[in-house]
Amino acid sequence: MTTEIVSPTEVGNPNLRFLEEVSAATAGVSRLEMCIQCGTCGGSCPPAADMDHTPRALFAMIRAGMREEALSSNTPWICVSCYHCVVRCPQEVHIADVMYTLKSMAIRAKLYKDSTAPDFSQTFVDMVEAYGRSYEFGLATRHYLKHYPLRLPGMAPMGLGMLSKKRMDITPRRIEGIEQLKTVLARAKELELEAA
Amino acid sequence: MTHYLLYPGCSMESSAIAYYDSLMAIRETLGLELEEIHDWNCCGATEYLGINLIPAYTLISRNLALAAQQTNGTRTVVAPCSACYLNLAKANHFMLERPILGVRVNEALAAGGLHYDPGSLQIRHLLDVIINDIGLDAVKSKVVRPLKGLRVAPYLGCMVPRPDYDHRWSNPEYPNELDRLLKALGAEVIDFPLKTHCCGGHMTQIGPATAYELIRRLVHAADQYHADLMVTLCPMCQLNVDAYQGETNKHFKTNYHMPIVFFTQLMGLAFGKDPVELGFGKEFVDTRPALAKIGVEVPPPPAGETPTPPKPKRAKKEGLPMPRMSGEEEEVSS
Repeated sequence: MTTEIVSPTEVGNPNLRFLEEVSAATAGVSRLEMCIQCGTCGGSCPPAADMDHTPRALFAMIRAGMREEALSSNTPWICVSCYHCVVRCPQEVHIADVMYTLKSMAIRAKLYKDSTAPDFSQTFVDMVEAYGRSYEFGLATRHYLKHYPLRLPGMAPMGLGMLSKKRMDITPRRIEGIEQLKTVLARAKELELEAA
Repeated sequence: MTHYLLYPGCSMESSAIAYYDSLMAIRETLGLELEEIHDWNCCGATEYLGINLIPAYTLISRNLALAAQQTNGTRTVVAPCSACYLNLAKANHFMLERPILGVRVNEALAAGGLHYDPGSLQIRHLLDVIINDIGLDAVKSKVVRPLKGLRVAPYLGCMVPRPDYDHRWSNPEYPNELDRLLKALGAEVIDFPLKTHCCGGHMTQIGPATAYELIRRLVHAADQYHADLMVTLCPMCQLNVDAYQGETNKHFKTNYHMPIVFFTQLMGLAFGKDPVELGFGKEFVDTRPALAKIGVEVPPPPAGETPTPPKPKRAKKEGLPMPRMSGEEEEVSS
């Protein structure tokens, strides 16, 4: 008598391989499948109180194939990349890097609830891709005008302080090899699409 | 002379210019020869990694490829900025851990005539080379103005001691390197329990309430320990604790006044350098009362700048500075 192996798709949830997908899109060897749900990550997380799911719960959701719920969670966007959970995790899951993966997947699936964080990252990246260096003045003005117009008057003294203390430039700095950088990034984006 | 390649990073030419200036001011005294990587680009900070994987690692690795071309007898890249240090180390580490990443990144780099062999360079933080290559005895021998009587809170933040891929630090959560260096300068170093806690990172820009709470925990703890100032090695930490302390005070109706400077600035003072050359005077939270304790005078900031907040009254009767979750702030602001 042969035992029939039931594939995940046959049990009705097409997302049961979601964990593998997240793991494959993460920089190193994520070890996400090794999570034993101990909760050390959430207990170590400084901004956990502001998250809608602790990292532990989020990883259980990923394993359960709850793709939409996981990608619309604010947890990766609240993660401050402090790596407390990473060094404490008994299973050495690359938690912070999994959070980066979830952000990029949420952006692609347009599942984030609040656009403030993704817009900030994208604006930062736009500046870097245009000049090769970060451009804080351009970033701050564009970001505040779009997302915090009401905070602008309150923040103006700080912005002026940054300028008068020569801690911020009004004009961007462009690297010499900006065309080279644009070329390698364009190729990298093609490779990213091929890998997806 | 110890010779290294330098990856300064964007902050060092703008918000953390005091870090750069003070590093340049002390490098000769330390016998530290730093050769800047020619035409380096931004490391992407904590932003690019959350958008696109291969482009983010390609952006970081262009710097590694340029550095590898430039190795004049050294394979070591020194990064003074925490985010830069971690990103460079991360790319070096993950392209070895998962070779397909290195293959794809090199395919992208090849479009610009570049190549990098993962793991072929060493990525180290400035504090690591000062402690382990130059050594505390050498540092001590250069001290002409001991920082006697200055009570300092060593603050490293997150991304230098963690995740520590190459096991360079004494502990990922409670390292002693910065404490030892500051003691060598003659300062009174408090055993700061929050020394590697988070400053909020980019949350000041995208979720201010989250960031203000993390900043509050830090300045509250340093204040409870009666520190004269906090000392850091990270541009982001310095910016958040310094430039956003006013906003944090407004948010919690508190009145903290906790200056924060870079460790290289204090090294420069101990080596007898001029405070202006070391970038003092660029802080939002005035360092002058603290520096007066060691007889250092910094010229007042030029007119027209934001006035410095008054010294807070120490009225809070609380126990040990324990980290707090948000929602507990009533107790603090009362």
